[in-house]
Amino acid sequence: MTHPEPETTPVLALEEVSKSFGAVRALRGVSLRLYAGEAHALAGENGAGKSTLIKALAGVHRPDAGTVLLDGAPVEFHGPADARDAGVAVIYQEPTLFPDLSVAENIFMGRQPRRSLNRVDHRAVKRAAADLFARLGVDLDPDQPARGLSIADQQLVEIAKALSFDARVLIMDEPTAALTGSEVARLFGVVKTLREQGAAVLFISHRLEEIFALCQRVTTLRDGALIGSEPLEGLTEDDLVRRMVGRDLDELYPKQETEAGEVALQVRRLTREGVFTDVSFEVRRGEIVGLAGLVGAGRSEVARAVFGVDRFDGGEVEVLGTSLKPGAPSVAMAAGLALVPEDRRAQGLVMDMSIERNIGLTGFAETTRAGLMNRKAERSRSVDWAVKLQVKYARLADVVGTLSGGNQQKVVLAKWLATGPQVLIVDEPTRGIDVGTKAEVHRLLSSLAAEGVAVLMISSDLPEILGMADRVLVMHEGRLTAEIPRAEATEETVMAAATGRTKEGSAAA
Amino acid sequence: MTMTAQPVRSESAPRPTASRQFIDKVFKARELAVAVVLVVMLLATQISNGEFLSEQGIKDLLLNSTILVLVATGQAVVVITRNVDLSVGSVLGISAFAAGNYLQSGGNSLIAVLLAVALGAVFGALNGALVSLGKVPALVVTLGTLYVVRGIDSIWVGSRQITADGLPSGFVDFGTNGISVVPYLALLTLAVLLCVGYYLRSYRSGRDMYALGSSPEAANLAGVPVRKRIMTAYVLCGALAGLAGALYLARFGNVDSATGNGYELTVVSAVVVGGVAFTGGAGTVYGAALGALLLTSINSVLPALGVSSVWVTAINGLLLLLAIAVDRILALRVAAVLRKQAAQMRSARHD
Amino acid sequence: MTDITAPKPTARRGLGGTVRWDTAVGVLLVLLLLFSFSFVDNFGNALNVSFLIGNTLPIALIALPMTMLVVSGEVDLSVGSTVGLSSAVMGALWNQGMAIETIIPICLVLGVVCGLVNGLLVTRLGLPSLAVTIGTMAAYRGIAQIVLGSDSVTDFPSQYLDFGAGHFGDTFIPYAALPFVVLLAIAVVVLHGTPVGRSLFAIGASEEAARFAGIRVKRLKLSMFVTTGLLSALTGVFWTLHYASARYDNASGLELSVIAAVLLGGIDFDGGKGTLGGAIAGVFLLGTLQNVMSLVNVSAQSQILVTGVLLVISVLAPRVGRQLAQARARKKTATPPLSPAPATS
Repeated sequence: MTHPEPETTPVLALEEVSKSFGAVRALRGVSLRLYAGEAHALAGENGAGKSTLIKALAGVHRPDAGTVLLDGAPVEFHGPADARDAGVAVIYQEPTLFPDLSVAENIFMGRQPRRSLNRVDHRAVKRAAADLFARLGVDLDPDQPARGLSIADQQLVEIAKALSFDARVLIMDEPTAALTGSEVARLFGVVKTLREQGAAVLFISHRLEEIFALCQRVTTLRDGALIGSEPLEGLTEDDLVRRMVGRDLDELYPKQETEAGEVALQVRRLTREGVFTDVSFEVRRGEIVGLAGLVGAGRSEVARAVFGVDRFDGGEVEVLGTSLKPGAPSVAMAAGLALVPEDRRAQGLVMDMSIERNIGLTGFAETTRAGLMNRKAERSRSVDWAVKLQVKYARLADVVGTLSGGNQQKVVLAKWLATGPQVLIVDEPTRGIDVGTKAEVHRLLSSLAAEGVAVLMISSDLPEILGMADRVLVMHEGRLTAEIPRAEATEETVMAAATGRTKEGSAAA
Repeated sequence: MTMTAQPVRSESAPRPTASRQFIDKVFKARELAVAVVLVVMLLATQISNGEFLSEQGIKDLLLNSTILVLVATGQAVVVITRNVDLSVGSVLGISAFAAGNYLQSGGNSLIAVLLAVALGAVFGALNGALVSLGKVPALVVTLGTLYVVRGIDSIWVGSRQITADGLPSGFVDFGTNGISVVPYLALLTLAVLLCVGYYLRSYRSGRDMYALGSSPEAANLAGVPVRKRIMTAYVLCGALAGLAGALYLARFGNVDSATGNGYELTVVSAVVVGGVAFTGGAGTVYGAALGALLLTSINSVLPALGVSSVWVTAINGLLLLLAIAVDRILALRVAAVLRKQAAQMRSARHD
Repeated sequence: MTDITAPKPTARRGLGGTVRWDTAVGVLLVLLLLFSFSFVDNFGNALNVSFLIGNTLPIALIALPMTMLVVSGEVDLSVGSTVGLSSAVMGALWNQGMAIETIIPICLVLGVVCGLVNGLLVTRLGLPSLAVTIGTMAAYRGIAQIVLGSDSVTDFPSQYLDFGAGHFGDTFIPYAALPFVVLLAIAVVVLHGTPVGRSLFAIGASEEAARFAGIRVKRLKLSMFVTTGLLSALTGVFWTLHYASARYDNASGLELSVIAAVLLGGIDFDGGKGTLGGAIAGVFLLGTLQNVMSLVNVSAQSQILVTGVLLVISVLAPRVGRQLAQARARKKTATPPLSPAPATS
């Protein structure tokens, strides 16, 4: 933090900002300064507090302590509109547009050009939108509805919106996560132009090379606390990783060597029309297989179809030799399959239910006598697993929503491990949890594999994939593009396959 | 590293527009479809019963539909914001009685109408406040106010009744006469409909209504004053229900404590049949008006065809079911088209 | 029947977050009953109490499956029309000389079909149950009207009419209360003591999470709609015999009374919260209130008003309470986070 900073006043800054959600302290005394004409990277692991920080800047969250400074003067944003009026534009990973309205209206909602009698000038709206798209060099029809736009196009609409009110600060939360290479190039071109015109840019990305390509300064967060803010010049990717992770990688990824046994999960030519195509792979007992790819590549969708939450149109799924019926999670569970889903809050847990009952949801077969619930059995089953996974809770009857993210994830794991699965699919198992719990989850996965469970791990966290997986499968735009053995898996080989630059088999070059 | 060149997909390549047009058509076709059904139905009835579209027949048809069209217009605005107002029937009833009561004691016709509108607006404001401030599901709240307003109405009215002979003759004439076959009431309703339609289309606050219904989350991010707009929608809906009450009085000259009972279902049916989606953000007041016209016409068509009027309720219900089912199936179809289109773009890139 | 509720961490909390809503409604019911027995003339006599129970039973019967539906996040507005349809079909078939022993099963099957139509439209097409059942509400009532027109049929066999209207010996308990108590017991056990009930709560609180836990969401919802249709048809049969009159417009507006009572009893309209005990307490609270108001000569119209106000309060109060609680929690965030006790047992 002692590095020299420009002499000018930052356009937008946070000073000693803190924010808590229940028991979770998402930000602790974090400061950040954004300067005109500078692209600033925000680095940190999942759950380090990046999203909370952005929401504080965007007026979505109000900080519990600390101040937001605009041109050096303290301001209070009472809502996103306040931040917007102050010239702050935010582009989220998945933009929120009005699906029923035209692209042009989406850009100018609430700020439409008007003609006599305060009437909205529809023609001017359309013309202005077309002008913006021309400036951005993109081909979008201002009249088409936002429904059905690709994520890349939706982001362009958001950027056009930022342009339309001459945003002085452009904040981008992992905008490239779902984009292809050329779409990223196009986005970066636009952002560079804006920066050169004097906008301050805050950029978040998982891909370190993008940070180096676009930014001049980087601020690193870990567990909600500020680690440092410094110029990127002179830093290496390794320096950045060390600041983000803050501990030895070996400790974070305690991978045990195991012998791969019989095939436990066999997926043959699985297809869901328009979502993923012709996906075949197998997972053996004792193996941890990583499934990598960009957001939107169809990884979670494959997991959902395998487990039966979604139907599939073609192909076959076998668990330990039993062929699964499509669209029937209860059948998959009976066959020994478990899925720890991607979105813990919406899919993994019933947030308004107690810890005990959440764990109990998967165990009715064990905890009923003659069709009636046996509360004692349910309770002892839940206690067993909560203790085994070292869930930190006050009472088992507490609503699960009051737990921290890491403990919630442990409850989800407890809920599924209690079923004694032979095949465990975990989708983003450590997203948004602290580093300590992350290491615990990794140790758990590793020991499960050692006990002979077949583990399929979907993750967007490349170090996690590289640190934990015996084999890495890579998906790109709905297809499996590579299978890379542990020895040959590097950031380069995996990313190359994930961005579609290699065909199957050539990845190991 | 992701920025290195790959076989560049032309960014300005023409997007697959055929499917987009299909989608556009689906969303615009609704008003047209309802209009076609309406016209076909009326013509078919005319062919089998030559008396149907006589001068008086047309006049009755228009007169019968005006009140429903008015209430449906207001309801459409509320539904576009992803809410609903079930209390419109009660509000119509109490406003009609209020206007009638005032006129019977020798009041001025214009003031009576304004009184009804104001009373409706007050109840609309009550609904709007409960929905927007209490963040309570609109359906439940307005179900409650349906009872409350009906209760107040019943207590106030008791067993009294307003009859045409107690009303100024000018007021009653206004309710039945018109310019050739077009009744004054229909002209007034048409004017209101056009104004509301124009407002929704051409004013920022009108566009906000669509934004709000289309995605409340995005509306909040875009700085749309959510509570204020919901309030506006309900006040407008209440005011139009009040106006409809005054017109009811003028048209029928007869109001008691049961006036408007059960009306809410017909109104909601009309709005949904006319293509205003329950999920908000889509549809127009013109569609709702066409839906209202269609439902009222069925009421007149059945007797003209010699079908017993006991069929009316069932047909209304089935129409509503048909409308929402067709909407849903079309939406699923659209989603499938978009998915397939995305897949085609992908595989095009893979080849 | 006020305190059949088992302690439930998921039950809706009252204003202060300290008193459970359903308990409060139960206590209120007991207080109202005590007050009425002591101070309201004629309330305590056997005839009045049997009136009270007889008039409330239709609502109570339908409230059983309705509670489960609302807990699972759905609603059925067509119940009143299903009652009417069942009644109309009963009258029409009786007019044609069919034996009543045949008619009643037919009516029940018809109820199942009505529920099945609702359920399939909701679960197969993914339509909102509100919209669907507003539609079927009109459709079923319309069909009832087509079946029976504006006739009313009254000449059912006397032993059946006696069953519908009579009561045990000198007591005030109607015969029909017995099957209701049995059904109530079954419903309580199902909702609060079986995996089905557990699953319904999970579905209502988060349908997606329930699906990911392997719960057969669609099948359960469908069976709830079917049960609702069945019990509505049963209520139609009871209604017809109790009032000795089969008409197409029987039980008009009953859906509103049922929903008002269920919400008053603490079932959250958004699903996932509430107890059957609370719902039934709500039903009888509303029923008793109306009975008492009639006895003290409050007009039927004012009773509508009271129902409406109670409905608004019962949905508004918990939300206002929740907002107050959140405001209080926000103030407390300055204090350090609670340090979780390690699990020991």
